[in-house]
Amino acid sequence: MTLFDYVADRWDRLALQSWLHVSEVVQSTLLAAVIGVLIGVAVYRSPVGSAVATGLASTILTIPSFALLGLLIPVFGLGPTPAVVALVLYALLPITRNTIVGLAGVDPAVTDAAKGIGMGRFSVLTRVELRLAWPAILAGMRVATQMLMGIAVIAAYAKGPGLGGEVFSGLTRAGSANATNQALAGTLGVVILALLLEGVYFLIARFTVSRGIRG
Amino acid sequence: MADKGEPAVTPESTDAAVSGVEIQLEGVTKRYPGSAEPAVNDVTMTIPAGQLVVLVGPSGCGKTTTMRMINRLIEPTSGRITIGGEDALELDDVRLRRKIGYAIQQAGLFPHFTVAQNIAVVPGLLGWNKKRIAERVDELMDLVGLDVAQFRDRYPRQLSGGQQQRVGVARALAADPPVLLMDEPFGAVDPITRGNLQDELLRLQADLGKTIVFVTHDFDEAVKLGDRIAVLGEASTIQQYDTPEAILANPANDMVAGFVGAGASLKQLTLLRVRDVDYPDLALTADAGESPSELRTRMARAGATYALLVDRRRRPQRWVHVRNLSSATSLANIGRSVGDTVSTQSTLQDALEAILAEGGRAVVTGTRGEYVGMIDIETVTGVLAQLREEHEAAGTDGAGDTGDGAGGRAAAGDGVGPAGGAGAAADPGAGAS
Repeated sequence: MTLFDYVADRWDRLALQSWLHVSEVVQSTLLAAVIGVLIGVAVYRSPVGSAVATGLASTILTIPSFALLGLLIPVFGLGPTPAVVALVLYALLPITRNTIVGLAGVDPAVTDAAKGIGMGRFSVLTRVELRLAWPAILAGMRVATQMLMGIAVIAAYAKGPGLGGEVFSGLTRAGSANATNQALAGTLGVVILALLLEGVYFLIARFTVSRGIRG
Repeated sequence: MADKGEPAVTPESTDAAVSGVEIQLEGVTKRYPGSAEPAVNDVTMTIPAGQLVVLVGPSGCGKTTTMRMINRLIEPTSGRITIGGEDALELDDVRLRRKIGYAIQQAGLFPHFTVAQNIAVVPGLLGWNKKRIAERVDELMDLVGLDVAQFRDRYPRQLSGGQQQRVGVARALAADPPVLLMDEPFGAVDPITRGNLQDELLRLQADLGKTIVFVTHDFDEAVKLGDRIAVLGEASTIQQYDTPEAILANPANDMVAGFVGAGASLKQLTLLRVRDVDYPDLALTADAGESPSELRTRMARAGATYALLVDRRRRPQRWVHVRNLSSATSLANIGRSVGDTVSTQSTLQDALEAILAEGGRAVVTGTRGEYVGMIDIETVTGVLAQLREEHEAAGTDGAGDTGDGAGGRAAAGDGVGPAGGAGAAADPGAGAS
């Protein structure tokens, strides 16, 4: 059976796994974005706070994904929960760091003018600073998403949803019928989905970044 | 002589509708924790309604801090600030700032907003409805000389420094605040644009009569713009607070004299404005709709070799030579563009520059940039001759004018007061140029 026949034959199952994979990654990214932006907003004014937040997030990233999952399974059991927790933790670094960099990069003259003409603290943050930091935050989310597409495969080790299951089962059954096809289908699926998401990010940037600050 | 001195001594806003209110600072002090010396020490001054007061002083003297305490971007440590009789320190600071226009160096425009959105921010914060905001935006863009159709939807990065600064001023004026704070607003643009922006600020102020507090370290800019100038020293202590004429004629102490610098008398020439002199309406004007042959007939009748093409709002566009007309089918694209123009608010010094640049005479434009006349080198030399005559008259009055700048100034200061001082000190300047 060729790879093509294999995919055609298992289309329903692969489509479902792809959908679960994307859904898991996107939801984890969104969750990480909320947390990361909040952390960024909380610390960007203080150089020490920024350094600590970035340092912690980097430390998380240095933990091998297998090890992190292994540590999370006793706490959360098997299934989607440890997978999502691990993915969110990994996504925090690029998003938090880019939020801090983006907010710190806002021209002080602009925030001074915003305050000076009578914007309250919250307005300055939501209407000016975050809007100006948005391209950086979005870039952080993009990097996070790409990274999570790969890590989500590993998360199948904790019985997380997605194409990881195909890859793992293909690899463990190496030598038997369709084992290679199964592993390949899973891997190629991840690559294709990553490219599709890249396109989605391009569109999001196109529609949400003001033309005045688009690079 | 007092008559001739008049326009220079009392510049703008005396007859304009005053929409500004008085600002009073009483014993205002700012101390930062951990520093022994106060950044601003016990400043007391009154900024009269409808006047443009310039705070000028060396870098780090606390002039910006003083200004920022008025809209409470910096909270004073002690002292009292009233704006139009209201205690500024009692009000909610965010609401207070919505009633005070604020324009800063490099404009501080929101890069992600269009020009129109930038100008609309304060009216939006004040809860105006969309229609009123849109009308106000158009009105303001027109006021600061930006074409609405062309610039409304542009982003700040698509504008030149000068245009950004205009938008900054429009944004500061958006909600028609009685008070305007300007922190070196023209500090980051090239000298030519800077001169134009200064002229336009004076033109605006003549119409609007706001109370403007303007911070700069450039004494020439202070002389050009200020109804009154406060020269500030260390910790914002007021060294002298008076009209530009009085400060030039009679600096209160060595620090002020040092800041005024050499050529104080020459600087006084910059206090004479184009509208103070008689400029003739010499040019033959035509709009682009006129046919070339008609224009040629008119030019022949008037004996003119050049005609000035103006747009619908009578703003000067191009010079057309009678030669250009014979082959042209329309006036739309012929001739050469008008270079430097001079507004009625420009100083004679600027006018002279423009005249030299334009080769003998320059176009004078009115409050909306429309053509009002021409100024040429004879007009300026005429004024200079007149000043010289006055100087001779003053000399025979026995003011002890030796022709030496310092001596003249000292004598004037001791003798006849600011008006006389201004006249006497202007004279050596006229002679020198």
